[in-house]
Amino acid sequence: MTDTTASASHFQADHAHDHQHEADHKPAFFARWFMSTNHKDIGTLYLIFAIIAGIIGGAISGLMRAELAEPGIQYLEAWSGQTGDASLHFWNVLITAHGLIMVFFMVMPAMIGGFGNWFVPIMIGAPDMAFPRMNNISFWLIVPAFALLLGSAFAGGAGTGWTVYAPLSTYGEPGPSVDMAILALHLAGASSILGAINFITTIFNMRAPGMTLHKMPLFAWSVLITAFLLLLALPVLAAAITMLLTDRNFGTTFFDPSGGGDPILYQHLFWFFGHPEVYIMILPGFGIVSHIISTFSKKPIFGYLGMAYAMVAIGVVGFIVWAHHMFTTGLDVNTKMYFTAATMVIAVPTGIKIFSWIATMWGGSLSFKTPMMWAIGFIFMFTVGGVTGVVLANGGVDNYMHDTYYVVAHFHYVLSLGAVFSLFAGFYYWFAKMWGRQYNEVLGQIHFWAFFVGVNVLFFPMHFLGLDGMPRRIPDYPDAFREYNHLATIGYMIMAASMVVFFVNVFWSLFAGKKVGNSPWGDGATTLEWTLSSPPPFHQFETLPRID
Amino acid sequence: MKTLKTIMMALSLAAAPAAVLAQAAAPAPVPAVTTPEAATTPVSPTAAATPGATSATPDAKEVAKANTAPAYAKIAPSADIGQPIEGGFKIQPQVTSVGEDAQWFHNVVLMPIITVICIFVLVLLIYVAFRYRAARNPIPSKTSHNTLIEIVWTLAPVLILLVIAVPSIQLLAKQYAPPKADLTVKVIGNQWYWTYQYPDNGDFELVSNMLKEGVRKPEDGPRLLAVDERMVVPVGAVVKLIVTSNDVIHSFAVPAFWTKMDAVPGRLNETGFKADRPGVYYGQCSELCGARHGFMPIAVDVVSREQFAAWVASKGGTMPGAAPVANPDATTPASPATAGPAAPAAPGLAAPAPAIPATGAAPATTSQAATANQGSQP
Repeated sequence: MTDTTASASHFQADHAHDHQHEADHKPAFFARWFMSTNHKDIGTLYLIFAIIAGIIGGAISGLMRAELAEPGIQYLEAWSGQTGDASLHFWNVLITAHGLIMVFFMVMPAMIGGFGNWFVPIMIGAPDMAFPRMNNISFWLIVPAFALLLGSAFAGGAGTGWTVYAPLSTYGEPGPSVDMAILALHLAGASSILGAINFITTIFNMRAPGMTLHKMPLFAWSVLITAFLLLLALPVLAAAITMLLTDRNFGTTFFDPSGGGDPILYQHLFWFFGHPEVYIMILPGFGIVSHIISTFSKKPIFGYLGMAYAMVAIGVVGFIVWAHHMFTTGLDVNTKMYFTAATMVIAVPTGIKIFSWIATMWGGSLSFKTPMMWAIGFIFMFTVGGVTGVVLANGGVDNYMHDTYYVVAHFHYVLSLGAVFSLFAGFYYWFAKMWGRQYNEVLGQIHFWAFFVGVNVLFFPMHFLGLDGMPRRIPDYPDAFREYNHLATIGYMIMAASMVVFFVNVFWSLFAGKKVGNSPWGDGATTLEWTLSSPPPFHQFETLPRID
Repeated sequence: MKTLKTIMMALSLAAAPAAVLAQAAAPAPVPAVTTPEAATTPVSPTAAATPGATSATPDAKEVAKANTAPAYAKIAPSADIGQPIEGGFKIQPQVTSVGEDAQWFHNVVLMPIITVICIFVLVLLIYVAFRYRAARNPIPSKTSHNTLIEIVWTLAPVLILLVIAVPSIQLLAKQYAPPKADLTVKVIGNQWYWTYQYPDNGDFELVSNMLKEGVRKPEDGPRLLAVDERMVVPVGAVVKLIVTSNDVIHSFAVPAFWTKMDAVPGRLNETGFKADRPGVYYGQCSELCGARHGFMPIAVDVVSREQFAAWVASKGGTMPGAAPVANPDATTPASPATAGPAAPAAPGLAAPAPAIPATGAAPATTSQAATANQGSQP
């Protein structure tokens, strides 16, 4: 893709030869999957985990859309088995679980744990991650984290929203479930910090001879930047939620005004983590999309350095815009002006990326395979989500939009139609590489188009609801909001149907997909993973590749 | 086959922004009056914005003295203003000068710009997908750099952002430079109802609960928005809101006023509005506050000064000048510019020690117990 074209010939031959013996070196089932130190196996575990979490998180959003399809409370009492306030609390449990699962247990594990583990070492020509055992514990920390979060639902459920704002999360909600959710975040955070250390070390120390940072594939760049964001942001979250925990259980009053604390302090700490977090979720997607656009245009990426440093800029600026999530908390006017201006600055590097992708396609020889469809869909949907972000960046306008469905529409366009599109793009792009069998193209196209229509019908009307004033996080709404809520629920059903196609495709392809060689996408795919067999040998690059 | 595919993509992608366009084309235009105001310096309150303000107090005093006011009656809701509009896809009609400015900024500046950007990107994508498809362009170019175009697409967004930033900063400045207040209302969020205190008028207090179905009558307002006790303010008066909370964070929001301010325990947040048109305006709590977050609406009656005086009298309150003001908070003069950390002072003073309110704690001014409106289930 980039200026990096591997001179692969000599090691390619080695591996064709090695391949016959690989099976012999693989550990037995339990040791291989439960004590794994192999980056590809751990990547696979992460992907499986993320798919399971995605099914649960997606099913929860299905419950929410069902409840919101009509005005009035239809199902909450039946689902929660309780009445009155307890059934309404269940709604808050649903929105909280949906947010936390999708952020911490679906997008992050899939992007960084899954694709990052699988392809960063291969792309930089390394045999494995720098700390294989730490890699293993990164994965096995996230499993009990998820168990704690799901378990909290059986202890009453945490209904604080994914932001866990104090004081609703301190004296606002007794019982063990919020504590369990907080501990889940601690574990998931520790897992991510360890993973981040691993990626940074790997990328800085284990690049193949000749692969300078400025020749490194953009996906590796994106994961490197993401790892720095994780390393700097997550400890702040850990501190904030630890303070929540002591406020809840040990009588401290960090966020309790009656003891001299301040609830707004929590919000500052949370969003100092929370805003970089949204770039953590999207940056690896940027990397994936860059490779796919380049591959299917048969052209090197346009403006490689600009693309890499645009991501660096997004990462840096992402740390100094957090209070735009807090425009209605009573900030000073100068503070609001600063955060308005700083937030809008992010549109510049984002624009560079959008235009560079289009310029990569310009003059190319485009083929519209499923991964390319997802990548093009990503570019447009991310643009739509990005421009509504510019609207929300204005502190004066946010007075109206804050905590309305306009915000919900905005972040689902950048995440559900941005991050998730890039995940599907990567999944289809690398499926054959990871499994050795190709997915079914027709089913892939059907999945894309149905999903594309579904999510747009689902989320576009939410802009209208927001402009008409509908607040977020409510289980019932004034009757005037009925039409677009109903439409959104129909969109959800279209999206859900497309996911059936996806899973049929996955299972069919796992067993009956066409077997592929090293590089099923042809000349356009120039990164190192396409020089290996599909699937790659259990240990690759025993002789390091040399990059010219 | 490939052509068909690109055309399909073009059509389906085009569907979404078309809706945006429709919205951008339709907005109620308000720019002519509001632009000059937005351009004035931030600190000085504009004279134009406060035509009724200076006369407000004497008027009200006289009315109170004469005591010949017409009786107050709840204003009947109107389906097209002050509440969400059935199937509405744009910003609710605004009745404050700040709201009209902001609405103009959104409808005339932001919406066209973002719509054009989306269409521009879409057209580029469709063109590229069509022009450079493999069937038509089998040999790809190897171009990977062009310094000039990279500079252009870095600077163009910067210029667009500057165009947005100027009115945006002006809007913020205007929001934070309210004229001197004619009336102060203290807004207190509770799980899950609002209380309103009128420190300028004898410091009486209202407890405002949602009216549940069966109790609600059509003239109270729409389902989930109607309340038993509305906040009442005079039309054209500059109302200062001191917003705080008794328990967890709530948010006081009235879309038609472009007003939203979090109610944070331990803090006194200041905001305000000057409604230029009588009517009833609804809003909903806008910060997740627990189980019945969706069921603590806000309703503000904007009435004539005479009716306001009558209403105050009916609540046992007094008009300013008639009685000393009880609450020290309210005597603070309207401080310009900052509403933000209005009360860094002892948190305990502003909000009583936060505690989950006992359900029976609601004062007697309400006709229902504080939790009478269990949920909203029919």
